Order: sequence, then structure tokens, then C-alpha cells
Amino acid sequence: MLEPAIRVTRLTKRYKTVLAVAALDFEVTRGSVTALLGGNGAGKTTTLSMIMGLVLPTSGAIEVLGQDMVHHRYRVLPRMNFSSPYVELPRSLTVQENLAVFARLYGIPDRTKACARLAEELDLTAFLKRATGTLSAGEKTRVMLAKSLLNQPELLLLDEPTASLDPDSADWIRTYLQDYQRRYGATVLMASHNMLEVERMCDDVMVMREGKIEHRGTPAELIRQFGRDTLEEVYLDIHRREGGARAAQ
Amino acid sequence: MSAFRDKVSRAGAHGFSPTRISAMVMRHVYLLRRSWPRLLELAYWPIVQVLLWGFISKFFATNSTWVAQAAGVLLAGVLLWDVLFRSQLGVTISLLEELWSRNLGHLFISPLRPYELCISLTTMSLIRTLIGILPAALIAIPLYEYSIFDMGLPLLAFFSTLLVFGWALGLAIAAVLIRLGMAAENLAWLLVFVLAPISGIYYPIDVLPGWVQVIAWMFPAPYVFEGMREVLFHGVFRVDLMLAALALDLVYLLLGAGAFLYSFRVARVQGLLLRTGE
Repeated sequence: MLEPAIRVTRLTKRYKTVLAVAALDFEVTRGSVTALLGGNGAGKTTTLSMIMGLVLPTSGAIEVLGQDMVHHRYRVLPRMNFSSPYVELPRSLTVQENLAVFARLYGIPDRTKACARLAEELDLTAFLKRATGTLSAGEKTRVMLAKSLLNQPELLLLDEPTASLDPDSADWIRTYLQDYQRRYGATVLMASHNMLEVERMCDDVMVMREGKIEHRGTPAELIRQFGRDTLEEVYLDIHRREGGARAAQ
Repeated sequence: MSAFRDKVSRAGAHGFSPTRISAMVMRHVYLLRRSWPRLLELAYWPIVQVLLWGFISKFFATNSTWVAQAAGVLLAGVLLWDVLFRSQLGVTISLLEELWSRNLGHLFISPLRPYELCISLTTMSLIRTLIGILPAALIAIPLYEYSIFDMGLPLLAFFSTLLVFGWALGLAIAAVLIRLGMAAENLAWLLVFVLAPISGIYYPIDVLPGWVQVIAWMFPAPYVFEGMREVLFHGVFRVDLMLAALALDLVYLLLGAGAFLYSFRVARVQGLLLRTGE
């Protein structure tokens, strides 16, 4: 059997007095689309950052695609990528220049062809020569996505992939991501606040609270478990319960 | 694994990659190419300095016996000092461009190694320094009939030594920028000027008080400026001064690069790499 795409063991991150992630244990199956849900400060971004190697854990272990991420991150970084609307690409560079720079950074063979193919697939051709900073939110998201798919990642990490997009653009991105995932058998781990998106795209959901995973299951399982009709209602249930518990304290 | 993924994976696992360094250099060259204010800014201050010091030199050439012995001594000083300043700034501004554009997260989840970033920053520093200094040096030729290039090979030695010292300072400041972010932005512009009074740019080091001289000789710059005056006044290239400057350069470069790499690790511990930007 294939090892999981991500295996996290007793993963803990403490920033001075704040415990951001508390002894997390989870595995993400290869080829799955998994969502990481939770309110602000639940530990999603810290967890994603540790999986990418941008943040060092205080303790615990992270294995990504069979490699120890803390000690051998460069063995696995070429096989993964990341997209987030909150981490930008240089705004003054054109789309083409940004893609060319990252294609070089990833050592992409036949760079020009690879960039042109992605530009075509993601409908970027018309504004390849435009400065990235002048694009609309939807166009920027597609550029960011092109950057994150340059190396055909086996593991794709997404932080709110459709944040601030109109419904049409968001739908286009989701369809493209699903298609990419199926075409290349990629594993996707995404943090999202959009429950419709999670319901549509994900086959596994982890709900985080105070640095721990509180609930886990398929969207259907969680909906059933909470006796609700949608994942949005499940999320609100969990969130309000949190609020109630905090008020009781 | 597909052949494509296999190639990418092998390229990324390589410990040192000129392609990744060239990617980072390209990123900054693209930026300069499409931004004339950035290019103008690089050349503006050195040209203003040369204009100013050119006239001061002209005045002193007839009013000071010291300057009269070597008319270009002040202009050479100002140009070489600018090499140090531009070189330091070349490293820190290139890093600041990454902070301003909030791009560090993307860079550090790519296979780019921190030491490759160091090398690309120093390469950009060389490019930025040449863009800044060359027009100023060339302008001095028709305006003041002074060519710094007449110094010959010693000029290359002085230029290289100050360039490397600028890299060392730039990397040390970059280390602080990675730790403190934009809060430390002004350091990029100001820190090098602490060294100006003790570098002997326009006057010999022995005019300084004894205890200040001891501090001054701990840095490479005074050796370069004393060496420059030896060439201009006596036509002698002092190898001893040059060797001392190079040895100090090496020490400071190792310290600067060490500080940069250490601060990168601290940034990973403190989760600072995604939290950059204004």
C-alpha cells in the first residue's frame, strides 16, 4: 500500500505563550482532496506552513510524500506547491515574467512551452504581458494557480483558493482544480471558509479548534453526525458551540 | 512518477543550482527594466555627489596644497564610497523588493536555498552598483577632466574590496529585515553612514583620535581609502593594505552570510516568512 501523502505525528507549535498547534496526529491519503476547516486562530495556517516547511515545529514529526519535512524539505519541495491569495507574486512583473521566474526556480524542463501550455489552460494568454498587479482578483487567482501548477505538484496546498472571487470565477477555479487533481492523481490539502466549496470538492474534512482536530470525516458523514442538511450548518454548530463554551468559561 | 515530474524532482533536489540563482537575478532585472524611476534612483545620487564634489575639488585644487597634489582625491573618494554604499544597498533593496511584494512565502516553498538567495542578492548588488556608479564616473571625465579609470588595476582591487564589504553589511542588514520586517527598513538606508566618519574617505585615518583609529582599522574601508591615497599621491599600490582589507572582507562576509542564514532559521521558528509585507 502507498504511504500517505502527509503523515503528521504529535505535531506541536508554540509561539512563546501561545499554543498554535497542539499535538496533532493525522494522515492525508494520496490522491485525496482534504479540507482543513476552523475559525480564525484555529491553527490551520500554522499547520499548512509547517507542512510546507515555512515554519519549524516545536515538536513532533511531519512526513510529506515519504520524506521527513523538517530535515529533508528540499527532497520534497520540488514535488509540491502552494497557492494563496494572501501571498502575492511581484506586482510589477508581468504574468509571463512571473511564470518564467518560477519555472526557472523549479527547474522546469522546456520552460517556455510549459508556461505557454499552462497559460492556455488557465486562460491567461490575453494578459501574459500585463503587470500582475493590474489584474482583477479572478485573473490574479488564475495566475497564482498557474504558478502553483508549474511543477505538476503531487501535493498541492491551497489556502482559501477562491477567496474574494465572484461565483462564476470561483466555479471555474474549482472545476479546473478538480480536473487537475483527477488528471495527475494529485493530493490536495486546502484551508477554506467556503463550505459549499468544501462539500463539492473534498472527500475528507478535518475541523480544527484551538490547534487540535475536533472532528473528521467525509462531508456527508459530518452532516449526518450533526443531524444537519449542509456542511455550512455543521460548521456553524461547531463554531457556536465553541462560542458557548468560551462564554461559559 | 512521470518523466516530467522526475526531471523537476531531480533538479530541485540538487544542492546548488545556477538556474535558481539566475531566476532570482532575472526577477530583479525584469523589475529594473520596466521601472525607469528605479533605474533613475540608482544613478541619481552618485551623479549629484560627483557634481558637488567635482566643484569642491576644483575650488580646493587652487586653495589647498594637499588636494592640489592629487586633484582627483576627493572625487575618487566619493566614487569609491558610493561603491560601498550602493553595494550594501543593492543587497538590502533587492530583499526589500521581496518583502514589499510579499513574495518570500512563494520563494521559500520553492527549491530555492537560502544561500542561493544570498548569492542572487550579491549578484544583483553588483549589477545595481555598476548601474549607479558608471554614469557618475563617466560624467566626471568631460566635466572635471578626471577619470577614475586612470588608476588602472588598483581601482579594480579597491572596487572589489568595497563591493564585498558592502555585501557583508547588506547581508547583515538583510538578516535584521527578515527578523523585524519593514520596521527595520530605514536601516537599509542609514546603517552604512555610521562607518563614514571612520572610513577615511576624504581625510587620512591619522587625523582621528587614537582610540577611534583603533576602531577604524577593524573595518576594510580605511585600508582601501588609505591605499587609494597612496596610489594618487605617490603612485604606489600598497599590497599590505590590500591584503589586510581582503582578510577583513572575508571575516565580515562570513559574519554577514552567517547572520542571514541564522535569521532565516529563526524566521522559520517564529513563523515570520509568511508574515512579511507592510
